[in-house]
Amino acid sequence: MTLTTRADKSTAGMVKPLHDSRENAPERRLRPIPFIITFLVMMSMWVIFSGKFDPFHLTLGVISCLIVAYLSSDLLITATTLRKIPLLWGGFLFYFPWLLWQIVLANIHVLKLVFHPDMINRINPQMVHFKSKLKNDMALVTFANSITLTPGTITVSLSLYGDFSVHAIDDASASPLPGDMESKSGRIFGE
Amino acid sequence: MEIDIMTIIVGGLLAIGLFFFLAGAIGIIRFPDFYSRLHPAGMIDSMGLLLSMSGLALFTLFDGGLCLASVLNSLKIALIVVFVYITSPTATHAIIDAGMRAGLKPWTKKRNPQSK
Repeated sequence: MTLTTRADKSTAGMVKPLHDSRENAPERRLRPIPFIITFLVMMSMWVIFSGKFDPFHLTLGVISCLIVAYLSSDLLITATTLRKIPLLWGGFLFYFPWLLWQIVLANIHVLKLVFHPDMINRINPQMVHFKSKLKNDMALVTFANSITLTPGTITVSLSLYGDFSVHAIDDASASPLPGDMESKSGRIFGE
Repeated sequence: MEIDIMTIIVGGLLAIGLFFFLAGAIGIIRFPDFYSRLHPAGMIDSMGLLLSMSGLALFTLFDGGLCLASVLNSLKIALIVVFVYITSPTATHAIIDAGMRAGLKPWTKKRNPQSK
């Protein structure tokens, strides 16, 4: 592989969307609602992981959660998604059980392949290239992660414009792409 | 009697989960090349971890009685699954992307007709 294609790949890879969302963010100042939400998320994590409810540990938790929420509230909740948060989480709650079921089905499929005596003739590793309709970068990342999470398909590369390269283990895994998963993960982000 | 049913459910979940771990390990050995070996590795992360961890979470929840400590412990175990489900695809993608950038060609049927 030459140096130029390597450079192309790195700019078209997954680094750019993060960079873009930082550029679109307004000037840095503390917004109260994201700060409170971030603090509550961090605090519930603290309580779950510490499991201690005496004043000393809770005070430590409040202090560190305030610092973390101050530093990172604009990372967890960006300005563009603030109004969509309830919809987003609701959509994700509906999406996750469906994704879990797809993961179970794909697992059973790969399990059969692993133990098949004639495995080497059953599999047909191939690269699948397709263009996704999704525009939102978070929707693209969710879709790419869902593809990788289901055994039998792994996202190799993804560009800002939705060009996917997916490595699939056999024809049965490759044929349903992009399929239902694309529209469902797009629907979470309102597409 | 209730405890018996719980033991069966927890033991079954753990056994099936560990079976998926074993299948993943066998798959990593049997599959032909770097890229295809990542598929059974993903199977370990998704199914094996999910089943064995839900077995463990159920065990902690019912073994310690329904008190706050056991609920918190079960939540911690559930969070293991949540975080692995977020990070595991990222790690798999990083590995496969490293292979592609290094120029390793994927194994295909066309290029390996002698394997029959």
